[in-house]
Amino acid sequence: MTQDSLILAASGGRLPVNTLDYLILAIYFLVVIGIGVMARRAITTSEDFLLSGRSLPAWITGLAFISANLGAIEILGMAANGAQYGISTVHFYWIGAVPAMVFLGLVMMPFYYGSRVHSVPDYLRRRYNNPTHQFNAWTFALASVLIAGVNLYALALVIQSLLGWPIWVSIIISAGFVLAYITLGGLSGAIYNEVLQFFVILAGLIPIVIVGLSTVGGWSGLKNSIESKSATGAALFSQWGGVGVGHPTNPLGDWIGIVFGLGFVLSFGYWTTNFAEVQRALAAKDLSAGQRTPLIGAYPKIFIPALTIIPGLIALVLVPNLGKGGASITNTGGAEPTYNDAIPRLMGILLPNGVLGIALTGLLAAFMAGMAANVSSFNTVFTYDIWRPYFRRDRPDSYYLRVGRFATVGGVLIGILTAFIASGYSNIMNYIQLLFSIFNAPLFATFLIGMFWKRATPWGGFWGLVAGTLGAVIGHFAFTGLDIGSWHVWNPWVTIESTQSQNFYGAIIAFVADAVVTVVVSLMTAPRPERELAGLVSGVPNPDAPPPGPKPVWWQSPKLLGFGALGITLVLSLIFL
Amino acid sequence: MSNDRLERGGPADDRQPSAGSVDDRNPQDTTASRLFDLRTIIGALFVLYGVILFIAGLFDSSAEIDKANGIRINLWLGLAMFLLGALFLLWVRLRPLHVSTGPSAAEQAGISDGPPG
Repeated sequence: MTQDSLILAASGGRLPVNTLDYLILAIYFLVVIGIGVMARRAITTSEDFLLSGRSLPAWITGLAFISANLGAIEILGMAANGAQYGISTVHFYWIGAVPAMVFLGLVMMPFYYGSRVHSVPDYLRRRYNNPTHQFNAWTFALASVLIAGVNLYALALVIQSLLGWPIWVSIIISAGFVLAYITLGGLSGAIYNEVLQFFVILAGLIPIVIVGLSTVGGWSGLKNSIESKSATGAALFSQWGGVGVGHPTNPLGDWIGIVFGLGFVLSFGYWTTNFAEVQRALAAKDLSAGQRTPLIGAYPKIFIPALTIIPGLIALVLVPNLGKGGASITNTGGAEPTYNDAIPRLMGILLPNGVLGIALTGLLAAFMAGMAANVSSFNTVFTYDIWRPYFRRDRPDSYYLRVGRFATVGGVLIGILTAFIASGYSNIMNYIQLLFSIFNAPLFATFLIGMFWKRATPWGGFWGLVAGTLGAVIGHFAFTGLDIGSWHVWNPWVTIESTQSQNFYGAIIAFVADAVVTVVVSLMTAPRPERELAGLVSGVPNPDAPPPGPKPVWWQSPKLLGFGALGITLVLSLIFL
Repeated sequence: MSNDRLERGGPADDRQPSAGSVDDRNPQDTTASRLFDLRTIIGALFVLYGVILFIAGLFDSSAEIDKANGIRINLWLGLAMFLLGALFLLWVRLRPLHVSTGPSAAEQAGISDGPPG
């Protein structure tokens, strides 16, 4: 998910790679392109290209769902959080992801899949009106290509520091690979590669945990080494310690921010309205598979912290001076490692050639997963939500298939451009990431009210979204202060120590602003006639609902899967309290 | 109220004649059958990686074994990846995708049972 620590400060510490590692990497890249080439054969219509023809089984869309989120920025960032904040980092997984994924699968998917919308903005068009649709389509398209660029730049930085390739070479080569397999294979190419990436990423991370834990003397050895190191070390092993309101000592701030800001607004906003995620579920072959997509994704999500947070903690013991390099991207090439270097440094210290190649491949695969998810959702929104309704209507389908391919090329080119701009101005990455969370947080309020309150009107939805977005911007700068260039506009209005906590409270402000304005404007304007809302709002049944698909066997029941995931999360939370 | 919708979208829905649902699934299944089987690719790649790592692991120098705290990680990961790959290939073998030119109802049932998710 979004966080400050995605600022990658890749620094010195070349990996001792040899021919064997490069061979493993080369084989992977060949397979990636091969998947794109083979997926191309299944594409005859724009829907095949942009929605995989709504044909994929749930295990594939479910793993792609989690893989689209398991980008390298996420992996390196969460390991950094693990080193910096300790066990509290699981909040990003157990509170900040699993409940929202279960909610998406059990409660929201019937509206998304059942109404046959092709995208998240498309839902807003049918539930509210065209202005709401345009507002969301444009902001999403813009944010996607910018984030793709950030991924690309982060990738180039890591390759530069690990392998010594120049930044521009890495940017162009990796963009070239992503471009090739998405332009050829469309969403199927992206999703199939994401599933493959998922397994390779795991194969790369698991050895780090095993060898790392063995080196530091197991879990108890790890705990002892860190706790004996300093007074703050002990706090790293407490998940809910110090979350009192008023004087939080927990690095993630107080419990209100964690539960409502992270757990409710940010998490639900990201998982249920971010089209890069929801698109994977829409590619499933029937409603049951669509519902199971985020639920299947939730199970790996529960256990991934073991592969990110534990390496972060191990790195605290094994990497001398970890965190001394600051947290800024500007120290690239500096001698002292930053928290973000946790996993790359451990790879160099612990893994022999061979396994090292697998881990490196997994890391690069994760970068491509992050970027490809953004590009493949961008081209769908651009083609179906921007170009077709507002520029060229009623063309034959082959025309839109071509538009989809051109949009892919355009999206990647803009991504490359963003990457080069970001390489010149390091703090641009912060702003882009901020932008994304700004558009996500209020959106969840608009969806929640739209799905459960028939009376919400088109203009209520539009002005609510605008107010929520403004609220997010103002909320952000209220906590950080505002400087435009050298012009100091204002100081922070309220002081909140933890940056993460600032984000959580900013999200709460955005949500409340959106909800209040949506309700107030709705009460003053006319709602849409009820028959236009069929299948989109709770309590208005859809006569054209798609067929339910074959009856799933008992272990495929969405309710069982969903509550099972919540149950495991609860038990684990109690164990690691 | 959400329960209400879930149930209506669920398999107990009696307003949808079953014949209609088969007709509706036709185009989707053909797209699915034109797509290749991903399980084969994952299986083949992991078997290949497994073999490469295992062979590399056999010739690991003692320096490299020491680096990993005495764990022969190349051997072990190679073995694990090989087994995972083999499992995927076995899955394909046991539940193949039905690539059919004129899908019959029986074959369609086979497709939807195919890769369980």
